[in-house]
Amino acid sequence: MSTRMRLWVLIAGGLGTAVLYLLACRDLPAFGGRWHPYGDRAVDAALARHTANTVSSVNFDQRALDTLGEESILFGSVLGTVVLLRQTRDEDRLPPQPVRVAPQVRRYALLALPVTLLIGLYVVAHGQLSPGGGFQGGVVVATSLHLLYIAVDYQALERIRPVGRYEVADAAGEAGYLLLGAAALLTGAAFLTNYLPYGTFNTLASGGTVPLLNAAIGVEVAAGVVVLLARFLDQAVEIEEEPQDAGAEGTA
Amino acid sequence: MNVLPYVLAGWLFLIGCYGLATSRNLIHAVGCLAVCQASTYVLLLAIGYRKGGTAPVFSDIAPGSRPVVDPVVQALTLTDIVIGATVTALLLSLVIQIAKRHRTVDPDELSELRG
Repeated sequence: MSTRMRLWVLIAGGLGTAVLYLLACRDLPAFGGRWHPYGDRAVDAALARHTANTVSSVNFDQRALDTLGEESILFGSVLGTVVLLRQTRDEDRLPPQPVRVAPQVRRYALLALPVTLLIGLYVVAHGQLSPGGGFQGGVVVATSLHLLYIAVDYQALERIRPVGRYEVADAAGEAGYLLLGAAALLTGAAFLTNYLPYGTFNTLASGGTVPLLNAAIGVEVAAGVVVLLARFLDQAVEIEEEPQDAGAEGTA
Repeated sequence: MNVLPYVLAGWLFLIGCYGLATSRNLIHAVGCLAVCQASTYVLLLAIGYRKGGTAPVFSDIAPGSRPVVDPVVQALTLTDIVIGATVTALLLSLVIQIAKRHRTVDPDELSELRG
């Protein structure tokens, strides 16, 4: 198909989708309206189980099985990236040379590192109380480690980042979520049921299994993001292709 | 305008599709896919919005004292963002491999099979 023809097909498809979508929009509930049956029920269920943050309650209690699926997509994506970005036979690994870092950057990045790490852990731990949780906190924790790359150099980052162990932690987070869900079976409840005592509302020990599942997700996301970034940084910083192999690839 | 947020989500989706279809660079195409995905966030949050509503978090407001926005769509959006980020990473790693094997990131030049 020629480029011109493709564009016409695209325009036809786009217009058709736009018309159908606009017709569908007219039947959607009015923007900002008061009618939110699922939302109201989710809030009631969260309060009944002593979870102050309804979003965490929805993710880790009411639809914990869906979150398991989403977490598995995350796990699978990390695994796929690790496989795709591995060092191949025709590539060499060159140790990167340290470059000078502006003292201001070094100072502020080193100052921000422990603060960011603490905030990340706080966000994971308080997921059942305040906005946040394992997904967001995990990303903040992973980001904080990479401030060392900005502040010092790549080798410093590699010292606090044994990728193999983070890969194990990634799998452990996924396994922890599954085992916490399976533990409900021992109590006679269904898989991923909230079976622990609900605790006192608005304290760290509230929400039953919500904080534990939150922590499992936090470990998985933090480790997963570190592994992902490690693979991309390896490609950018360390792995060099041997130029003479450029023509021989077709036969490999 | 009552349907404007919904229309905005639809526009974002279509503009992302246009970018995907006309892209001459795979990295650009992955970015366009992220735009398409962002349209779902806008749509979900628009459906969940409630006039005068605040975040559905009861650590500092008494339950029932104020209207809150729909937490279900917020939970969906939250996981969608994380999944979107990792799937984008997976796609970008595919692009790196394609760039290494074929020495191009133009989808139109990727017609032949290679070992």
